[in-house]
Amino acid sequence: MARMPRLLTALAMPLCGLTLSAAFAQDDGTFSEYREMFGDDNPAVFVIDEGAAIWTEARGPEEVSLEQCDLGLGPGKVEGAYAQLPRYFEDADRVMDLETRLIHCMVELQGFDRDEITTDPYSGRGETDSTLEALAAYVASKSEGKTIDIPQSHPAEKQAYKAGEALFWHRAGPYDFACATCHRQDDKRVRLQDLPNLTTADGARSSYPDWPAYRISQGVVRTMEWRMRNCMRQQRLPMLKVGSEAAVSIITYMGVNANGGTIAAPGLKR
Amino acid sequence: MRTRQTVLSALAGLTLALTGCGESGPDTASTAADSDSNGGNAAAEESTKAGTPAVDVTAMLESSLEPRNGVGMDRLEQSEMQVTCSEVGGANPGGEQAEAIRAAAKAGVTYPEDGNYLGEWEAGETIAQTGTGMQYSDNPDEPNGGNCYACHQLDPEEVAYGTLGPSLTNYGQRGTSEQMLTYTWDKLWNPHAFNACSHMPRFGDAGILTEQQLKDVMAYLLDPDSPVNRKQ
Repeated sequence: MARMPRLLTALAMPLCGLTLSAAFAQDDGTFSEYREMFGDDNPAVFVIDEGAAIWTEARGPEEVSLEQCDLGLGPGKVEGAYAQLPRYFEDADRVMDLETRLIHCMVELQGFDRDEITTDPYSGRGETDSTLEALAAYVASKSEGKTIDIPQSHPAEKQAYKAGEALFWHRAGPYDFACATCHRQDDKRVRLQDLPNLTTADGARSSYPDWPAYRISQGVVRTMEWRMRNCMRQQRLPMLKVGSEAAVSIITYMGVNANGGTIAAPGLKR
Repeated sequence: MRTRQTVLSALAGLTLALTGCGESGPDTASTAADSDSNGGNAAAEESTKAGTPAVDVTAMLESSLEPRNGVGMDRLEQSEMQVTCSEVGGANPGGEQAEAIRAAAKAGVTYPEDGNYLGEWEAGETIAQTGTGMQYSDNPDEPNGGNCYACHQLDPEEVAYGTLGPSLTNYGQRGTSEQMLTYTWDKLWNPHAFNACSHMPRFGDAGILTEQQLKDVMAYLLDPDSPVNRKQ
């Protein structure tokens, strides 16, 4: 089905019954006014529907759906799964975040070629959401309102947190930037954009639970790994590969710091 | 040197705050043990603290990133300053380590051959407003920006300024003495000359801005006619 540009759709159609519990802690003047126009409406609702359809559709060389995909709570159990990711998966013997696990299921269950689905996993600005983006929006929406409870019991889960923390403080590249350059202090901003202090529970809980998020400026749902890729781009580093150890580790670090917060995804971002 | 010290003292509140002195750092014991990214044996060593293997961040990044549009894997190679300043997180290193970083940074500063430090403030304003440069998404044929407004207030009429660094509004009220010129040039060229683990990029040392661009930014900061110094 061809869709209207979602921004237009959202403004033109009254949406009923969709409530967002997102705590929009990072307001700036213009953006909050703009967001008020949306009220409780989030264009991500269309992407969630699309993701739900992709989830149940028989796809790939094996012509099966993702309904037997184990997101950590057992095969086919989607409800609440995102609130406990990233986590260790025995069948893959590694810690996986949502996107890494979705790709794993697409390869292992549906028979897709890993390189093919990871080469260009994200949509361009203003394009229709990619498969990965739609699936991430759908699965995350099934944890909305759930308490973030990312496990730290398996040694690999502890190691992922520790690697993420070390990466957070790691300065590299021609600009000497680390994640910490922008995200280690309270109440700072870049230009007009407020910066969460990701070393604290309050700071992590003010931003992590909104991802994946509908980006108004881009007209698509963006995933957490997409955000990490762009942070590293702005750090003047090479491109972060989806499903990579660095991506999973930094998301584990932020996510565990946000434990106890409430999932509000897909959120709405500028 | 005495003159330099006086200027430094006068500017301390303004410029040394650039690095966010005094904030609490990370768990330095943990990150110091984990960030041995130059050593090849880091991953093999057991951390005494958490009971999990030490982290070789550079090795992790090498397997997790890929080159794109001229941005290569050589960017992952850390300098000694980067290694030290990663280990201490947001804090500052101890005396000898800090002094070594400062001395190396100062020794590397290159001054304009023609002795002229001030370009055009109008061009400097464009550089201060421009945030692109050296990302794989940028056009390498375009000049890099300085992105000063990402972190600093400058022209009081520009509302879209960041707060990671101190306000530089009215920076030029201190005049354009030789000391002010060289101090500001040094700071732009390599801020680690003053604060070992400054968070500001090395705009000259890292080749982010050209000599002419640095002169234009100098004028934006110091020229009495620059909007940075407009009377309020």
